[in-house]
Amino acid sequence: MGRFAPLLPELILSIGGTILMLVAAFTGRRGSGLTSWLSVALLIAATFALMGAPSHAGPVFDGLIAADLFASFGKAIMFPAAAIAIIAAHGWFEHDHEHSSEYAVLIVFSAVGMSVMVSATSLVSLYVGLELQSLAAYVLASYRRSDERSAEAGLKYFVLGALASGILLYGISLLYGFTGTMNFTGLASAFGRGAPSLGLLFGLVFLLAGLAFKASVVPFHMWTPDVYEGAPTPVTAFFASAPKVAAVLLATRVCIEALGPATEAWRQIVIFAALASIFLGAVGAFGQTNIKRLLAYSSINNVGFALIGLAAAGPQGASSVLFYMAVYIVMTLGAFLCVLWMRRPDGEPVETIASLSGLSQTRPAFAAAIAIFMFSLAGIPPLFGFWPKLLVFNAAVASGYVALAVAGIVGTVVGAYYYLKIVKVMYMDDPVEPFERAREPIQGFLILLAAVIVSPLGYLLIGPLGALTDRAAGALF
Amino acid sequence: MIASIAFYLFATLTIAPALAVIFARNPVHSVLWLIVAFFNSAGLMLLLGAEFIAMLVVIVYVGAVAVLFLFVVMMLDIDFASLRSGFTRNLPFGIIIALVLLAEIIIAVSAWQAGPALSGHNVAATTQPNIVALGQLLYSRYLFPFEIAGLILLVAMVGAIVLTHRRRHDTRPQKVWKQVARRPDEAVKVLDPGVGEGMKL
Repeated sequence: MGRFAPLLPELILSIGGTILMLVAAFTGRRGSGLTSWLSVALLIAATFALMGAPSHAGPVFDGLIAADLFASFGKAIMFPAAAIAIIAAHGWFEHDHEHSSEYAVLIVFSAVGMSVMVSATSLVSLYVGLELQSLAAYVLASYRRSDERSAEAGLKYFVLGALASGILLYGISLLYGFTGTMNFTGLASAFGRGAPSLGLLFGLVFLLAGLAFKASVVPFHMWTPDVYEGAPTPVTAFFASAPKVAAVLLATRVCIEALGPATEAWRQIVIFAALASIFLGAVGAFGQTNIKRLLAYSSINNVGFALIGLAAAGPQGASSVLFYMAVYIVMTLGAFLCVLWMRRPDGEPVETIASLSGLSQTRPAFAAAIAIFMFSLAGIPPLFGFWPKLLVFNAAVASGYVALAVAGIVGTVVGAYYYLKIVKVMYMDDPVEPFERAREPIQGFLILLAAVIVSPLGYLLIGPLGALTDRAAGALF
Repeated sequence: MIASIAFYLFATLTIAPALAVIFARNPVHSVLWLIVAFFNSAGLMLLLGAEFIAMLVVIVYVGAVAVLFLFVVMMLDIDFASLRSGFTRNLPFGIIIALVLLAEIIIAVSAWQAGPALSGHNVAATTQPNIVALGQLLYSRYLFPFEIAGLILLVAMVGAIVLTHRRRHDTRPQKVWKQVARRPDEAVKVLDPGVGEGMKL
């Protein structure tokens, strides 16, 4: 049993998820509430199980996966995010009678995949984790079968995701073929033997391309706006939060642990991807009228900033990536929880930015919450979203990439435009038909909590969170 | 010697049909070329001394190709009558392909008996059948990814059921009990229309 102790969170989730599957099978449609709450309980239990062996046991199963603080940090922010995606869906699917218990179970399995991703230290576990997470995500994207857009989103995501998996696998096979090992440490020592050969470089590029697709980084971002728009909103909230963190953390671990000696080879790729994501994410959002599409571009833009921290490499850079993703997940979930509350008085959800017009007069508190998330996503100083941006720029400057940091700052200014546009629509335009008054105290509490964290009060977290990310990033070196 | 000849034979015959898969205009031909490519990659596995994987490639992939074939037939509009018409004309070509495959099998078997000459270092296959070695590794060192792969299959199954098995309101299934319980007086209406009055239903 001691051998399995480091895997306790994954064991809780996978065994619990399988049992919940049975519960779902026997209770049918009536059991959706029960399964949802049990899934939330499982995810919370898994989060608590991270304390102890899962955060410091080191390599498990001959170095296939690592139970270190880096992985635990990722899981500690992803599991609650997955739980929030389940809670958010509960009220939302009820209203169109398409809710079934499988939604929660699929999210639990997806969480298992993500936790394997962040703790993978071998190309085998990297691939199975990624595939488990993606496969559940494809199903979730087309969860509302009656909605054409949802079916289209699922198909698009599936076809492009399968292509990305193919590219990733090709990269893995090249790396394995030229080094003879799948372990990150083995790869690092192979890359450490002088300049990498052409085959290794090709493997590296394909591997990074596959990961970039999963993290929706430019130039592999094309699917993001369509899938985020078409998928049911709670699913979009999930896509934009936990899986994205998993993909970015996985890329960080691969770049630093496996490809560390070849930093010069991947740094240029990461720098290009970071800047392209920042600018394309900002420019692409300009003409959008749908708030989910806009948030999709916003997530592309934000991952670009996190990649600046990765390009800086070194402990400070890795720590800033972790900090960035932790704050990003709170801002994004907050913003999406607000989008979930955008409903006409008859309960029909709306997604247009125009429907927010004059919200400050009809629903002042709601408008204030959205404004806080928008300002924070834009990185405007008094709010907490500013601090992680500062950290990644700091890390870039510290490793001598001043131009990169300056370009990032310019990108922030460009991107601020469309966040501010939403605030302008809410506060300066004439009011339209008010939204339905939501009666969901838990969601309301979560929005409030997220708003408090990203408000200037969040600066109180800098000390503990900073220390934690520093220690977590230290696990990679 | 025979091993290197066999390697280059199989390698060429894997790559060339793979190209043909892409360039063939007819999707059915693509699928057939794919089978040739799979058989030859199985031959490559055989040269490495991995006879179990070679058999697996043949069984699994040719099985998968059968499904792919079904998809091609169902999804695409192909005129099978015109495909079948040239049977006698194409028979010599078919026989040549069959002979090539037969020659390959003979070469593969003789090369395999010569031992895994190409793998560089001798694999333990001589002392232990590699199906045993594979099983031992899967349930010890690679237990973790193996179990996760099991979860992936579970998710695939759950996903397929979630997406297809749901109640629809726009279908009209046959209700046998309703048909059986139907009585003549519900189904037939006897009317006596007067001359020139027409009928009201």
